Amino acid sequence: MPLSWLHTTDFQQLIDVLRDRGHRVIGPQVADGAVVYRDLADASDLPTGWLDEQDGGLYRLRYDPQAGTFDHVVGPHSLKNFLFPPRETFETWSRTPNGWLQTTPAYEPEQLAVIGVRGCDLAALAIQDRVFLGGDSIDVRYQARREKLFVVAVNCRRAAATCFCHSMGCGPAVGPGFDIALTEVGDRFAIEATTDAGIAVLADLAGRLSLPLLTADEVAAVRQVPETLREAMQARRPEEGTPRPRSLDTENIRNLLFDNLAHPRWAEVADRCLSCANCTLVCPTCFCSSVGEVTDLTGDEVSRERHWASCFTLEHSQMHGANARPTTASRYRQWLTHKLAGWIDQFGTSGCTGCGRCITWCPVGIDITEEVAAIREMPTSSPS
Amino acid sequence: MTAPPRIESPPRPCIHTPAPEPLAVGRDAWHHHVTRIVAARDEVAGVRTYDLAFRDPAAAASYTFAPGQFNMLYLPGIGEAAISISSDPLKRASVGHTVKAVGNVTHALERLGVGDEVVLRGPFGTAWPLDELQGRDVLIVTGGVGLASVRAAILQIIAARHDYGRVSVLFGAKTPAGLIYASEYDAWRAAGIDVRLTVDEADGDWTGRVGLVTALFDDLDLDAAATGLTCCGPEPMMLAVVRRASAAGIPSAAMYVSMERNMSCAARLCGLCQFGPEFICRDGPVFSYDRLAKFLDIKHL
Ligand SMILES: Cc1cc2nc3c(=O)[nH]c(=O)nc-3n(C[C@H](O)[C@H](O)[C@H](O)COP(=O)(O)OP(=O)(O)OC[C@H]3O[C@@H](n4cnc5c(N)ncnc54)[C@H](O)[C@@H]3O)c2cc1C
Ligand code: SF4
Ligand code: FES
Repeated sequence: MPLSWLHTTDFQQLIDVLRDRGHRVIGPQVADGAVVYRDLADASDLPTGWLDEQDGGLYRLRYDPQAGTFDHVVGPHSLKNFLFPPRETFETWSRTPNGWLQTTPAYEPEQLAVIGVRGCDLAALAIQDRVFLGGDSIDVRYQARREKLFVVAVNCRRAAATCFCHSMGCGPAVGPGFDIALTEVGDRFAIEATTDAGIAVLADLAGRLSLPLLTADEVAAVRQVPETLREAMQARRPEEGTPRPRSLDTENIRNLLFDNLAHPRWAEVADRCLSCANCTLVCPTCFCSSVGEVTDLTGDEVSRERHWASCFTLEHSQMHGANARPTTASRYRQWLTHKLAGWIDQFGTSGCTGCGRCITWCPVGIDITEEVAAIREMPTSSPS
Repeated sequence: MTAPPRIESPPRPCIHTPAPEPLAVGRDAWHHHVTRIVAARDEVAGVRTYDLAFRDPAAAASYTFAPGQFNMLYLPGIGEAAISISSDPLKRASVGHTVKAVGNVTHALERLGVGDEVVLRGPFGTAWPLDELQGRDVLIVTGGVGLASVRAAILQIIAARHDYGRVSVLFGAKTPAGLIYASEYDAWRAAGIDVRLTVDEADGDWTGRVGLVTALFDDLDLDAAATGLTCCGPEPMMLAVVRRASAAGIPSAAMYVSMERNMSCAARLCGLCQFGPEFICRDGPVFSYDRLAKFLDIKHL
């Protein structure tokens, strides 16, 4: 589908088309000092002019009148918060005279449209699809939500110092998997659709306003926008006065990490790690969960609640009488090696997209790229 | 020893492709069957076997399992626990589970009796490699309730006894009062299984061996190259057994262990049961020792 121009001042029309087509529209907004995903009714609620400065343990918003609508990057929320909500009741049971009866109502999730999804988070979506839908047993509630999801992606033209999507091969240009993608240029967005649903939305939009097509030169310039950023990230050229940009050497990373499970660095990082689980909560791919039973006073009505779990908590590895990972070192090692090594065995992909959230939201600024680099620099056994 | 699997890291580390259409073909991970306890018997103090029969005849007809696999037993309002299937896979009227009461779910099970309902999901996981072991000597080494997981295998071997060489069961318990299935040993022996017992601490009446289960190896006349080992018990015990078996010359490729970890989904969705790159619920619980060797040596993995 060819690219067309949508003027910034017409963004409301896109929101309206999505709403008219029955979507609950979610978009980035400034709240509580961060850019977070919220219900979006009005284009003026978008974080136009806001830039996020991110570094280890640091997230700060700054207003810049020159900045565009999507020049912030990723905040603490990702698609995970919607497709794999932190808590949900997934089953209900009733005790009847004829025995236990499952009474779970038929599940009809909302039709969500999420605006502002970046390359890293689109890759995270594909990764979570493999986790929840790729096996012999699937999460049917995730599936129901996923099938109704509409994604409006954004090609990044600015990165935070914590971003390393270029190392992980999933940004800053958005990969396939979106319905609509936007690239911001001046006071316009180049808008394109890849799916039937995306094409239908653009058709509705074209019925409301004129969407001039891009010339061939304009298309080339638009494609160059994330490419220019990728080159800058690759060259690790920081913007003036900003922190050192990250990158991660992924060569043979699976064997490097599994060959270094006894590396002294795990104990060293454990001295800094608070085992707070923030990194797993903000991670767009972490999928651990456990189930709690909720009963009424009689015990006859039961709901089962699935909630996020984290390998940084003792409960995660609790067995009767013993804990498999009683130390912070063992729990940090589980997190990092699962993300970057075990995931490759399990799902044929890294579990890391380079979004950098775990670096930003770590209260003490532990940096996954630094920890891997430290092990790579001085491996206890060389990977074969 | 054969090398543990090595996997090349993909040059492009993150997949960047949309999900295939249709999105999913798997079945609901929480798919369950309601069962009724049709028999419950005390094995030893604190350990009971529950035979469960399906409420739905279609489920009863279609449910099959292989020895080594486990079910998730769910008591609404209380919780779920992973329990190995301990009954004879050929006896299809009910499915047996031998449970040691240690916590929430397992104590609640203890309060139930014949006629009460238990919700069951399963079977899950990998099985003991009984086909591969055909024609070989089989050494089954277990400790505590670990015997539950291999009881189904013992019964299957007895049903096709001529398919196997010499079969020995080495079983260790803390005390003589912990020897589960004691009333069955004579029948197993009569069926051509060599059953050897040991306890950590003897009491007044015990005239058998005292000591670790590994010490029972000393009494065996092993044809190491022709022997396959299956082992289920606490991790330190399994490590000691594997070392002792290696010293006796059993090839590590012929050793199998059954692992235990915290579990919630049993369907490789919840992440709790991970052990290195493995999901114990899907890739295990039964693993070839070779596959895990590298990871079993790591503390707190
Ligand atoms: C593959 C497999 C096969 C097994 N087969 C058998 C068998 O045949 N027989 C048998 O007796 N046992 C077996 N077990 C062990 C059995 O699953 C556990 O003993 C059982 O889960 C205990 O459940 P419980 O609710 O009674 O115990 P609890 O200790 O009350 O609960 C155990 C679960 O509760 C949670 N938990 C415990 N402590 C905490 C805490 N402090 N904070 C938060 N959560 C906590 C954890 O999720 C833990 O898994 C097997 C285990 C596995 C993995
Ligand atoms: S084990 Fe840890 S790193 Fe892996 S998905 Fe679970 S919470 Fe995330
Ligand atoms: S028990 Fe949930 S992934 Fe294995």
